[in-house]
Amino acid sequence: MGAQKKGGGGARVSEDAEEQSRQRLQAILLADSFATKFRPVTLERPKVLLPIVNVPMIDYTLAWLEYAGIEEVFVFCCAHSTQIIEYLEKSEWYSHPNLVVRTIESHKSISAGDALRYMYEQQTETSQIQGDFVLVSGDTVSNMPLADLIQEHRDRKKKDEKAIMTMVIKQSKSSSLTHQSRLGTDQLFIAVDPLTKQLLHYEEDKIDHPSGSVCLDKSLLESNPSVLVCNDMQDCYIDICSPEVLSLFEDNFDYQHLRRHFVKGVLVDDIMGYKIFTHEIHSSYAARIDNFRSYDTVSKDIIQRWTYPYVPDINFSGNRPLRLGRQGIYRACDAVLSRSADVGASSVIGYGTKIGDGDKILNSVIGNGCCIGSNVVIEGSYIWNNVTIEDGCEIRNAIVCDGVKIRAGAVLQPGVVLSFNVVVGRDFVVPAYSKVSLLQQPTTEDSDDELEYADSSSATADQLSGLNLQMESKASELGPDGAGYIWEVCEGAHDEEWKHSVAPIPEDKLAEITQAIDDDDTDDESVVPTSGELKSDADSINTDMNDPNDDYDYFEKEVEGTVLRAVEENIKVDLVTLEINGLRLSYNMESADCAGATFYSMMKLAVDTPHNSASELYKNAASIITKWKELLGFYVKKIDEQIEVIMKFEEMCQESPKELGPLFTQILHLLYDKDVLQEDAILRWAEEKAGADEADKVYLKQCDTFIQWLKEASEEEDEDDEDEEEDD
Amino acid sequence: MPDVQSMVAEFVNKLRKRKIEGSQATAKCTVELLRSVISHQRVPHANQAAALIDAVKAVGQQLVAANPVELAVGNVVRRVLHIIREEDLSLTTAAMAGLDLLDASDDDDIDNCKGIGYPAMSAAVVAAAARSTLRPPSLQTLLEGTPESATVPYTSSSGADSESKTADKSSLTRKLKHDVIEGVNQLIQEISGCHEQIAEQAIEHIHQNEVILTLGSSRTVLEFLCAAKEKKRSFRVFVAEGAPRYQGHLLAKELVARGLQTTVITDSAVFAMISRVNMVIIGAHAVMANGGVIGPVGVNMAALAAKKHAVPFVVLAGSHKLCPLYPHNPEVLLNELRSPSELLDFGEFSDCLDFGAGSGSLQVVNPTFDYVPPNLVSLFITDTGGHNPSYMYRLIADYYSADDLVM
Repeated sequence: MGAQKKGGGGARVSEDAEEQSRQRLQAILLADSFATKFRPVTLERPKVLLPIVNVPMIDYTLAWLEYAGIEEVFVFCCAHSTQIIEYLEKSEWYSHPNLVVRTIESHKSISAGDALRYMYEQQTETSQIQGDFVLVSGDTVSNMPLADLIQEHRDRKKKDEKAIMTMVIKQSKSSSLTHQSRLGTDQLFIAVDPLTKQLLHYEEDKIDHPSGSVCLDKSLLESNPSVLVCNDMQDCYIDICSPEVLSLFEDNFDYQHLRRHFVKGVLVDDIMGYKIFTHEIHSSYAARIDNFRSYDTVSKDIIQRWTYPYVPDINFSGNRPLRLGRQGIYRACDAVLSRSADVGASSVIGYGTKIGDGDKILNSVIGNGCCIGSNVVIEGSYIWNNVTIEDGCEIRNAIVCDGVKIRAGAVLQPGVVLSFNVVVGRDFVVPAYSKVSLLQQPTTEDSDDELEYADSSSATADQLSGLNLQMESKASELGPDGAGYIWEVCEGAHDEEWKHSVAPIPEDKLAEITQAIDDDDTDDESVVPTSGELKSDADSINTDMNDPNDDYDYFEKEVEGTVLRAVEENIKVDLVTLEINGLRLSYNMESADCAGATFYSMMKLAVDTPHNSASELYKNAASIITKWKELLGFYVKKIDEQIEVIMKFEEMCQESPKELGPLFTQILHLLYDKDVLQEDAILRWAEEKAGADEADKVYLKQCDTFIQWLKEASEEEDEDDEDEEEDD
Repeated sequence: MPDVQSMVAEFVNKLRKRKIEGSQATAKCTVELLRSVISHQRVPHANQAAALIDAVKAVGQQLVAANPVELAVGNVVRRVLHIIREEDLSLTTAAMAGLDLLDASDDDDIDNCKGIGYPAMSAAVVAAAARSTLRPPSLQTLLEGTPESATVPYTSSSGADSESKTADKSSLTRKLKHDVIEGVNQLIQEISGCHEQIAEQAIEHIHQNEVILTLGSSRTVLEFLCAAKEKKRSFRVFVAEGAPRYQGHLLAKELVARGLQTTVITDSAVFAMISRVNMVIIGAHAVMANGGVIGPVGVNMAALAAKKHAVPFVVLAGSHKLCPLYPHNPEVLLNELRSPSELLDFGEFSDCLDFGAGSGSLQVVNPTFDYVPPNLVSLFITDTGGHNPSYMYRLIADYYSADDLVM
């Protein structure tokens, strides 16, 4: 077909370009997620072939594209491309009357950006994409109509050359607790012009701003009088693109991710002035299966028939339709159910599956050819094809891939993923959120961007054959008769594991988050005056804006600066006092704080002045204290203030125990000598400290003799007084 | 041949994806498809009828599997099979009669009399004529004095092939296929003409100053009401809107455009209004062999209300809607659950739909059809006239042969 197009003269092609684009609706389907979220399952099978409610994901996407009137689809295969092509060849899609499916293979691409660049290169050779096209990934489940939307995009494009893309969004409220959408993706903030629906801002929470604030450029508001900012939208990852999009990818070779790089790039770049528009869908469904949680959510949506007509009881893509009974139970006609088995609402049971006595099945999907023993409990789980589950197993919120064997009495805790052909040993308990595969975890795992494809067929086969040899020795990870490796969770992701798992968010996690939010609330409340009385504006602003601790730090810095300048410029004590008083008022501090801060800055000055030995340091300190004792004296009129000074000093000594530590007693003595501190203050400090921890008592012990001496002196004095009284 | 196959594939695809809706449209597409299947089918010399039956059955099974809920498909396939069987029978008996006449032997075959009685017509035409005469002469026609014979349709084409009556084998081959196609054409005419046939009877059922209640939208009901209007009857129509698809709104619009006095009410107001209503007229999706009706959701409620107030509950159904099967668990097995998005907006409720949260989650059920048991139905009006629910089995025996009930 490409050759035919080439045969036509260049001029004629351009002339007919519009007409051709009207004739043919095309789509690019990326049959690779370029992510590792579905590992370890995707090591052995490409993501688009993973079954969702017993039908491979790509069938949903293709059936929808066909239904929506798309005539030609380019399936871009990357990881496990041979498997995908084989599957498509066997399926009815290659011979479909209305839909031409072409596969494009590239092993070099490691991102959506690379894939589109590859498409662009191919395009220049064979001119495959003739006009606007739909860009989706192979894991999209939708039933939205496309023809009108494409027409809308074309009309807009005709009016405005720069409108190169229309992005489909759908309302979906995210959880207020976890800030996570139903699909397990991070909350999305978008800003849209309410009239033109132009996209102005796109931001995924977490990735861009962990702080939880959204920044909008002011110029946005200048150029657009009204802006609609919403966070209850979900990006469907369905885009109507003009051919310019491909060339943009070609020009910006660093664009990898469709959203993080491309959309942001276009929004930021005002030189080219390209625009992206949004289209909100209401009555139809669209979602992308991006992680295990969305796998769960979308499965449930399919069972609840939001994706009609792509539901299990309708044969939409060569799948064998199941029969829908009451309570939303889908059952294959040849499934064998024991009379005593209890199959609960919203369950799916595939062809040739046997379900034993006393089984309990709730909210689960069971594939074809499974054999389930008796007294098994399966809840909220996804059992794929040809799985054997022996008697008495318990499976909750797990994904069990093809060919797995679960021996009697084994338990799968929530969030477990068992990859292909794993064997779980007798009575073995697979811990929550663990991922188990026959393949060993690749040790050099770099990042998200790492590609899922190995040269799949060969590599996997080799690994598998090698594995069989090791099996006997290394298989004990899943019990004595089990087979498989439990993958370690990479660091950092551990906390996040529950977010993207098939299992619902556990109660305790929710409680934890609620608790955290409540704590925040109470913090806020403590700041706000509880009674009805109003604080002065300045006050409330102060308390609202600043934390008391921060205040003190700032104050200390200011005082330090003042003292330093005073020493350097030799300013009079009165003036310095005035300045510090000013600071005190503006920061709303007590005079004890001033005393502490002043003393702190003096001692810091002493330490900072160059010195060689402890005695030299003492001399420095002594000279400064002597010189500025009046300043200090101004604030240490009361015992409390003096104690504050001692405490501050102790603190400083603790901070630099080598330099100031040994000098504690000497300087204390000096302060006493210079009348900065009174003996009462020192004694009271000693009393207070007596009850403290051993660690805190270091300096108390150091000046033990001094205090002893003080005590004796005071007693003597007392005696003297008494004597004197007696004398009188 | 390949183009027939691709046609079948395309139609199957449409049925699967629910692209075709409405039993009349489906029935028409099906019968046209079957006609081309038959005309492209190469017929062997011996046992031609069996070959045709097999071909039609094979296609029919595919079609029925594609959308088992759309009963019209199965009905039409069975009708076509019945036509083939009837034609085959009439040809053989004709041949036998010819031999009989020659040999002058008195072989008393039951069908002999039929073959001799109508020598000039093919069996299907005979049957159609017979069915038309089934309709009893109405009071109206008696009073107006219209000649009864006018209602019996005679097609000129059927008369044309009356000469080709030879016992020759080769011409027999051609004749069977020809006759079958003739019969199928008749069926197509019948399906596309069923609205008019039913509407003709409107004047006998709707009287001056009556109040009629209907629910949802049906082309048959629309034509029926309009026919009565054209005959200068003045009456009022209440239209229950038919949530959640609200097709009643469309019907109301059309009715007003044709100058009828129309009132739209909610489905839930049916019971309150029923005491003022003289007759409930409903279009069916399918009529089962026991006289039960499958209709738009909400119909059962209207039927119960009508029963309670002794209001006649009349069901209009073209003959292609007559299904020879007895319903088993029709509320579930013959129903189709559509997308919940017709009921409520996904976005608004997306936070309640989360199953992960464990606590209560919202489930939405949106059935398309309702089943009305036969005891609630007062009268069926088909293109052959009005019938009691208990008479349905007899009609079905006329239209279908028992061999085809299980396909």
